[in-house]
Amino acid sequence: MASVAQIANPAETSVQPAPESVVVRFAGDSGDGMQLTGGQFTLSTALSGNDLATFPDFPAEIRAPQGTLFGVSAFQINFGSSDISTAGDAPDVLIAMNPAALKTNVKDLKPGGLIIADTGEFNDRNLAKAKYDVSPLEDGSLSAWRVLAFDISQLTRDSVKEFGLGNKEALRCKNMWTLGLALWMFDRDRQPIIDWLRVKFAKAPELADANIAALNAGHAYGETAEIGGHGLAQVHVAPAPQPEGLYRTITGADAIAYGLVAGAQLAELPMFYGGYPITPASAVLHALSKLKEYGVTTFQAEDEIAAIASSIGASYAGSLGVTCSSGPGIALKGEALGLAIMTELPLVVVNIQRGGPSTGLPTKTEQSDLYQAVYGRNGDAPLPVIAACSPADAFDCAIEACRIATQYMTPVILLSDGYIANAAEPWQVPDVKSLAPFPVRFLEEAQEGGLMPYARDNKLARPWIKPGTPGLMHRIGGIEKSAGTGHIDYSPANHQAMTELRRNKVLGIAESIPDQQVSQGQTGGKLAVVGWGSTFGPIHQAVRRARAKGQDVSHIHIRHIWPLPKNLGDLLKSYDKVLVPEMNTGQLKTLLRDQYLVDARPLNKVSGQPFRIAEIEAAIEEQLG
Amino acid sequence: MNDMTPPQKTLPKDWETDQEVRWCPGCGDYAILKAVQRTLPEIGARPEKTVFVSGIGCSSRFPYYVESFGFHTIHGRAPAVATGVKLANPDLDVWIITGDGDALSIGGNHTMHVLRRNLDCQILLFNNEIYGLTKGQYSPTSREGTRSPSTPYGSVDHPAKPAAFALGAGARFVARGYDVAKQLPDVLKAAYAHKGAAFVEIFQNCIVYNKDVFAGFTEKQHAADGQLWLENGKPMLFGDMKKGGTRGIALDRDKLCLKVVDVVDGDWQAAGVIVHDVTNRSVAHMLVEMPFGPFPMALGILYDDPKPSFEQAVIAQNEQAASGKTPDLQKLLSSGQTWTVGASGPQL
Repeated sequence: MASVAQIANPAETSVQPAPESVVVRFAGDSGDGMQLTGGQFTLSTALSGNDLATFPDFPAEIRAPQGTLFGVSAFQINFGSSDISTAGDAPDVLIAMNPAALKTNVKDLKPGGLIIADTGEFNDRNLAKAKYDVSPLEDGSLSAWRVLAFDISQLTRDSVKEFGLGNKEALRCKNMWTLGLALWMFDRDRQPIIDWLRVKFAKAPELADANIAALNAGHAYGETAEIGGHGLAQVHVAPAPQPEGLYRTITGADAIAYGLVAGAQLAELPMFYGGYPITPASAVLHALSKLKEYGVTTFQAEDEIAAIASSIGASYAGSLGVTCSSGPGIALKGEALGLAIMTELPLVVVNIQRGGPSTGLPTKTEQSDLYQAVYGRNGDAPLPVIAACSPADAFDCAIEACRIATQYMTPVILLSDGYIANAAEPWQVPDVKSLAPFPVRFLEEAQEGGLMPYARDNKLARPWIKPGTPGLMHRIGGIEKSAGTGHIDYSPANHQAMTELRRNKVLGIAESIPDQQVSQGQTGGKLAVVGWGSTFGPIHQAVRRARAKGQDVSHIHIRHIWPLPKNLGDLLKSYDKVLVPEMNTGQLKTLLRDQYLVDARPLNKVSGQPFRIAEIEAAIEEQLG
Repeated sequence: MNDMTPPQKTLPKDWETDQEVRWCPGCGDYAILKAVQRTLPEIGARPEKTVFVSGIGCSSRFPYYVESFGFHTIHGRAPAVATGVKLANPDLDVWIITGDGDALSIGGNHTMHVLRRNLDCQILLFNNEIYGLTKGQYSPTSREGTRSPSTPYGSVDHPAKPAAFALGAGARFVARGYDVAKQLPDVLKAAYAHKGAAFVEIFQNCIVYNKDVFAGFTEKQHAADGQLWLENGKPMLFGDMKKGGTRGIALDRDKLCLKVVDVVDGDWQAAGVIVHDVTNRSVAHMLVEMPFGPFPMALGILYDDPKPSFEQAVIAQNEQAASGKTPDLQKLLSSGQTWTVGASGPQL
């Protein structure tokens, strides 16, 4: 089995990036505001017309002790003038706000890459916290890179002197000073950031002024330093061609929240969201809590079980029940998922996957809950599973989950992951009118011959009957029920029939999903690289590079994990080899082998970090070699 | 549909389903079912607007036997499911049927939170101090020393007290009754009348695994001295009620606790007997803690002091937050910092 540990070697860093793209990583203490800096740099990058992808990487600790290695927070952005779909492998530029940030990030930097370091933070205390005996700025250990070290702390203090801030408050503007420098380096407009600061600090105009002054000072420093010949040069990355339209940046968490709202509206239902705080899924609860005017009720339940149970209760009463969690929370919801399957009620369950098992790596990404989603319940308990491949795709997937849940009367699991949830990318705002509605029709009157709560339509879905409907009183529950009437029925033939019915209903969803497309390359050939979820970016880029070298390789990315698209088996068999890169130990690989008896080969990475393009490129090379 | 027709008054038999009742012959659940079916017409409940939600256990089969909407959920989770039902449609009358294991062991967390949130619902906890459906293991309310298949040498843990648990969790209505008590419909009516979470502990006789465990106060010969039926505004009297009550509950002012006093010639005032005030939370705490044996079993409405209910607060906040805002999905999707890509590139 190929593993990343074998593939990754120093040579990968020599892989030249497309010259039209640049990777910048901001790294600092978790109190340094790196995520904020990265977010604003992202916006200005989008506005300059570059395509981009980001990767925020922050510690699990809320306020990790200052200056420590485990307290480092980083934000990486890859931007360019052509198709960008990953946050980039090795940064071209590393901005290190303290010794710990340098130590934890410098090994990723491309040889010859640029380090910008704040000497004001490279004091004995911080060096000791980062476990440096000698300052790396002085011992020659950074000779593989270009180093620009200057006292950003002091320069920031100087720039905000006139506002009378205390030392601590003044230093809080460091991130804006740094952002100003970065904006100069990549020839970005400062005005959107200035506007944003004015809004953010509307209640404290002096802080807005100070931050703007720091931003301007950082920008001016760039100009001066260039003139002064300090090795700092301005880089201009040309805009990427983009379809005309309205754009914004969106994180996966927001995209899921908006997609759920849109899905409920397309189903013409109020939405009920039961949630329990868990990293990294809470962002969806936060986003939806603000959207009451869209008919959204959010309920912070006492635990994960109550979160799903209340959502099931709301679905039973005629709302679209939704719950969202991460792996450990989904595990707790398992029994209730079975209840939703048995009672055949619509429900959308979002899993923002994180590193596992158990508490695992709460803030790091992984896609190791595929087995849990497809198989992880007692009994024969099938349910549809779909997986989003990017922040923007999460919007469409959330709508699709709502459609399947309400049209087929079934719980649906939507898999996302920490990377998609936190990462931002430009998103062309869709035209709401272009979204196809799927209005729900509740049963209002008993069928001919008497009420049959478990009668079936042509999709094998049972009717949805709201309490409050006169004359349609009936009882449902988790006990096996008689086909048709829904009365308790333990008889052998009935359980056989009902088990098959539940299975066939879910398998039948394949009739309503599109055929699997080849996202890059063609049907048939030497090698198909088959992925799902957030590995889309690195697979896409790796296949692009391999194809540019003339290699016969195609990329297939699966959204519908269960049921799988009808043509997938034949499609996979049209290739000599199938390679499945996953951030787990081979879960989709096993599913594909089981379903189609294809010799799918795994490429696995479970380091809590997304795949690098070069890792997949090397695996392609190995398969074709 | 036929909205214009005024609803017909229901009869107890209208609340019976065609399902064969599957409890053991002689089970106390039959009497509770009858009491509920007798109560529903009297409170003017409508079958289509009534939902019975249950967990798992013998008691939780209850919804199958009531001609209303019913949801037999999973072990311990009925309060959570009921919360979703009521938040999605506050017009529904929601009844939660649970048992001592369901509500206080596996579902203890949900019971606590549905009470403190004060969801408008009726919670009927059938307490038989045993796990019946799994064949007789001791439960969280079993008395110390209970011998059962899982405790052949007797249980060693201290039992939970359902009414004390409910009050401690913040319940605004706490009542008690027992399966065959003729007063049970009145207790249920009061529970229904209370806006908010109404908690009713119903002592239930499991004739197979824990027979007669409440006989000390439910049997006819023990009723007079074993049962204290509380009535708002009335003195807490028991004993020979034909003589107006020969014993009563008074406050021991030195020890700040309750005590049993004799009442001579009906002069309860002279004996210092307390007049029951259902809104007195301090006394309610003492009543739920009153040990049976030295004291009678406090029955009826122990505490009833309504506060705004959870679902009403949620609705009010949702409405307030939504007021003046138009739900424009296109606008929502276009929120935040946007830019337009035109023929000449991106612009703010």
